[in-house]
Amino acid sequence: MKVGLFVPCYVDMFHPETGIATLELLERFGLSVEYPVDQTCCGQPMTNTGCEREAAKTEELFVRNFEKYDYIVTPSGSCTNQVRNNMTAIEQSDAVKHVRSRTYELVEFLHDVLKVDAFPWAEFPHRVALHNNCNTLRNLRIASMTERREEPFSKPKALLKMVKGIEFADLTRPDECCGFGGTFSVFEEGVSAKMGQDKVTDQLKSGAEYVTSSDSSCMMHQEGCARRMGANLKYIHIAQILNGARA
Amino acid sequence: MTAELHEELTDPHADQLDHGAASSRPLKSRISEPQPRGAKIHGNRPVDQSEAANRFMAATEHEAMHDARLWDLRQKRDKEMHGIEEWEELRNLASGIKEHTLSKLDYYLELFEKNATANGIKVHWAKDGAEHNAIVLEILRSKGVERLIKSKSMLTEECGFREFMAENNVEVIETDLGERIQQLDDEAPSHVVVPAVHKLRTDVASVFAKTIGSDPDNADAHYLTECQREATRPLILSAQAGMTGGNFVVAETGTFVVCTNEGNADLSANTPPLHIASIGIEKLIPGLDDLAVFVRLLSRSALGSPITQYTSHFRGPRKGSEMHVVLVDNGRSARLGMEKFWPGLKCIRCGACMNTCPVFRRSGGLSYGATYAGPIGLIIDPTFNVHKYRNLPYSSTMNGSCTNVCPVKINIHEQIADWRKTLAGEGEISPVKKVMMKAAGEVLASPVVYRASLPLGRSALRHLPHFMLYNKLNTWGRKRDIPETPKQTFNEWYRKNRKQQDEGKKS
Repeated sequence: MKVGLFVPCYVDMFHPETGIATLELLERFGLSVEYPVDQTCCGQPMTNTGCEREAAKTEELFVRNFEKYDYIVTPSGSCTNQVRNNMTAIEQSDAVKHVRSRTYELVEFLHDVLKVDAFPWAEFPHRVALHNNCNTLRNLRIASMTERREEPFSKPKALLKMVKGIEFADLTRPDECCGFGGTFSVFEEGVSAKMGQDKVTDQLKSGAEYVTSSDSSCMMHQEGCARRMGANLKYIHIAQILNGARA
Repeated sequence: MTAELHEELTDPHADQLDHGAASSRPLKSRISEPQPRGAKIHGNRPVDQSEAANRFMAATEHEAMHDARLWDLRQKRDKEMHGIEEWEELRNLASGIKEHTLSKLDYYLELFEKNATANGIKVHWAKDGAEHNAIVLEILRSKGVERLIKSKSMLTEECGFREFMAENNVEVIETDLGERIQQLDDEAPSHVVVPAVHKLRTDVASVFAKTIGSDPDNADAHYLTECQREATRPLILSAQAGMTGGNFVVAETGTFVVCTNEGNADLSANTPPLHIASIGIEKLIPGLDDLAVFVRLLSRSALGSPITQYTSHFRGPRKGSEMHVVLVDNGRSARLGMEKFWPGLKCIRCGACMNTCPVFRRSGGLSYGATYAGPIGLIIDPTFNVHKYRNLPYSSTMNGSCTNVCPVKINIHEQIADWRKTLAGEGEISPVKKVMMKAAGEVLASPVVYRASLPLGRSALRHLPHFMLYNKLNTWGRKRDIPETPKQTFNEWYRKNRKQQDEGKKS
């Protein structure tokens, strides 16, 4: 199984440790993982703003970089959703279809494809609040949603439960969007920041030491709000916890 | 007036209710913070929702109350949903019934007209708001009506009905309490179900003090309600005509159904000898069996109550009175022909999408500057005026919870994304967004340009790549810290630590 690693632009720039943890974690399961160095972005900022035409060349580049892999794995559900469900600016060739159907968010790849049942190296003796990105939750369906009538399940929680010493902190509004919303965070800054502050307040009330998520984008926004508010909370990507980070 | 009220209502030392709905979360506000007003409208210029939202949030008491009140409704809705095992099946059924009816709308409309006429109802057809207003005025004039009582109707908001009637010297009295508050304050409803939900009790006290002479310092919900009742009842009893909307129009029986919690539609319909119902053509459903599905969904989705207090069926005029139904298009036929946006016509105006929307809860409904606010507004309003409402589809994080709570399964968040594409395609996009996205598209399409754009300096601001900052908006840092930049990017780390191994493997 040949796996191509996609490291989203903001992870590349601001959270290389998340990319490294993802790579190392996948390698622990004996996979041959490659990171095509000419990759940039999935095209989401443009598509999200409605500028599909402006996304076309970026999408083409993405497909050129990843068409040779059996699976494309990325530590971001939001980017996965873009590739799987919204990469429509370009002609739907066989290569495009292959890439779109083979791109997985890290948690669903571990849970659904590799069917991992243990992380013997992982131990995280902390109280942790879990945040699900809205695309990951409602479009990739990584967990059940409070507003739907369905059997409760959570793929990220199922994986985290295999980590020694971890304790979960419950939020009062677990599915409430944190206000990042991609370009929304810049274009609608006021509402975005208020939603972020409310999310951080909920996390603080839960008694969490750490917040974890399978998406760095939401956490980048939440962490920015938390720091400005002087809130004592730490943010860590789920890949790092599963790869054995202790703090 | 105070003399007519019960003693305990005027006693300043008596216990005051925090909120009219006893089971609702008490809303503790004794602070008189001025009420933030809605979006500023400048003719046909695009509405700036975020400007109005920022003013709403700056009124922290209002924002906190609004968010808590609507989140409370969302939670009550969730509780009701969990009590119904077949909830998702009901949503599928409701969606299917609406899609079926919309796909044969001409047939069902004519069937309704035939059956309603046989029941003694006079059916009128209006292609737009102006035609609707003219038809109603003609009916009123033929009966010499000077005062009309009406229950809540979003359609009449679309038509600018109250303003039109004022110009033509017909007094209109709203009978829904929230809508009456909004009428007295000369403000549009901010929510399709709870039209004054953005107001604190203190705001209502100040409106009533100015308009009906209540005590400006008494913000007790019971007192205020009773004052309004005393002031409005005489007007209701002396009105010569009544108007309602219609939640559901049943084609097979030629009847229509109005759902309220205050019984005010019944008051409007049954007190005067003339009843006019203004109804959008999308409200049709085939039969009474279908109605049962919607009645189970409507109030549970809207307020988290099993059913509205009143579900009134209107079949024909009482002896000695008249009943008219005005079926209004006002852009609906055109919307039905829009490939991506016709499913918005399934809407039953429950407001669940507004209650769940995190942006709506923080912004207030009046920030949208349009008849329909919140998620459903984002996808309907541009069909009325694409230029004026072109910014609204951006007032969303596209988190998708609106789609999940919608009882008729409108794909709201997908339509928001489709509207953004449509608007950009038609050139109805702000120049800032366009320039930024063109620059981003060019940078991200080329690994070389992209890598060169990445930060090399040490100052925090320089650490954000240029394509993210290439605009006057640079708003990230106003209320958020900018992320610290690590010593190297993942790409650099990989080239140093792994690339050689990869190449080694290949050779």
